[in-house]
Amino acid sequence: MATDWQALDRGPVIPGASSVAYRTGDWRQERPVLDLQRCVHCMLCWLYCPDSAIRVAAGRVVGVDYDHCKGCGVCAAVCPPRASAIRMVPEGAA
Amino acid sequence: MSRRRVGLTGNEAVALAWKQIRPHVVAAYPITPATQIVERFSEYVAQGEVDTEFVAAESEHSALSACVGAAAAGARVLTATASQGLALMHEVLYIASGLRLPIVMNVANRALSAPINIHGDHSDTMGSRDAGWVQIYARSVQDAYDRTLLAVWVAERARLPVMVCLDGFTLTHSLEPLEVYPDEAVQTFLGEAPTDGYTLLGGEPITVGPLALPDSYMEFRRALAAAMERVPQVLEEGVRAFRAHFGQDLPSLVDARGTEDAEVALVVLGSYADAVEQAALRARVRGQRAGFVRVVTFRPFPTTPLREALGGVREVVVLERADTLSGLGGPLGVEVRAALYDLEVRPRFTDVIFGLGGRELRDEELDNLLRAGPPGGVVYLGVEGSRVLELA
Ligand code: SF4
Ligand code: SF4
Repeated sequence: MATDWQALDRGPVIPGASSVAYRTGDWRQERPVLDLQRCVHCMLCWLYCPDSAIRVAAGRVVGVDYDHCKGCGVCAAVCPPRASAIRMVPEGAA
Repeated sequence: MSRRRVGLTGNEAVALAWKQIRPHVVAAYPITPATQIVERFSEYVAQGEVDTEFVAAESEHSALSACVGAAAAGARVLTATASQGLALMHEVLYIASGLRLPIVMNVANRALSAPINIHGDHSDTMGSRDAGWVQIYARSVQDAYDRTLLAVWVAERARLPVMVCLDGFTLTHSLEPLEVYPDEAVQTFLGEAPTDGYTLLGGEPITVGPLALPDSYMEFRRALAAAMERVPQVLEEGVRAFRAHFGQDLPSLVDARGTEDAEVALVVLGSYADAVEQAALRARVRGQRAGFVRVVTFRPFPTTPLREALGGVREVVVLERADTLSGLGGPLGVEVRAALYDLEVRPRFTDVIFGLGGRELRDEELDNLLRAGPPGGVVYLGVEGSRVLELA
């Protein structure tokens, strides 16, 4: 809900890291589906993902953060053809 | 307090004020006629006389952007520009004010292209008049020095950026006597920057300037308008503190002389105040009751003091060095008229546009204007091809 203008004298300054709370995943029309059997952990998807939505642990890709993945498909496009570990599937499909 | 008396140009005086302010950051790009401010200041930095972080930016847009970043980190920040440089900063001006950053900028007023011209008029800063910056116009070299010091005090307390404008060449390159205050006095006057702002260097991460869509943008803009509405009061406190520290009186919004009984009042902005005040005095000697009003602070617009000064005057003549090209005359004239609209008895009004691109205004032209009686409407004075104000 909007704040009264009298409370905004400090200017447009808000607590940091607010993008974590902003669910860009709501916009998604297609969803990247990761096949960890095929993944060679080259990290290209992690590097190119514009929303830092490729989850990584101990230097290995472990999944996709669907709260923030907006479904752009960049990860699937950069995944090396011989791995082809990411498929884009319509949201709602299996 | 022991003052030094020296001879300096307007640009040198501003550079000296900067050195005494000891800003954390200066980011700037040179442009005539503001160049020597930054040039001289960079010498102070090179010689170790001031420990400012000096950023020689690759354009004015970058210079003001660097100032925005530094000010958001909590730094005391100064810059200078003119004309096309200010035009190139235009986008960032709104960001500085919208983020409530107390940046102080000296503008050496200069005409805008085309045709290209390096000399003085107010077209450049008038183009920024709605950018949310406080605008103060200096009358003399001393005034440019004094108001640069004052501007830092005001900017930090109003949490708004401030432009201190000095006429290109007329002030920037003219040598005038200057009373210089001791460095320590300047430091005590300014003190530490007030801490009620925000800083990117604090412990908690913050986001400065997030997206504000139709559900919140207007509230931020209303708060900005309110900040501007409070500036006259901040300026009033500022000139009081200035007097206490330096023993120097500065009018804060307008400087009105002889308007109490005036039949005609001349209103002016910037360095032509001297010439116009003298013309009013010569008119008095001739038996014509003339008054003089210098608008010191153009943003926020000094509506109340102007109404007080001009309320009983029959003829108001605004003399200004900019045009709105709207058919309504110059920006000062448009706003003075708007300010006087609610008076019960409105004065007759003439808007005189003069001095564009450094064109000199001669004393005889002013005298002729007063002798012949102001013609009303919008007049371009001193233009080849127009003879309307020459006496027969
Ligand atoms: S689809 Fe786009 S946003 Fe989602 S993980 Fe792939 S690159 Fe990132
Ligand atoms: S680009 Fe493909 S192979 Fe490389 S880490 Fe990502 S999913 Fe695995």
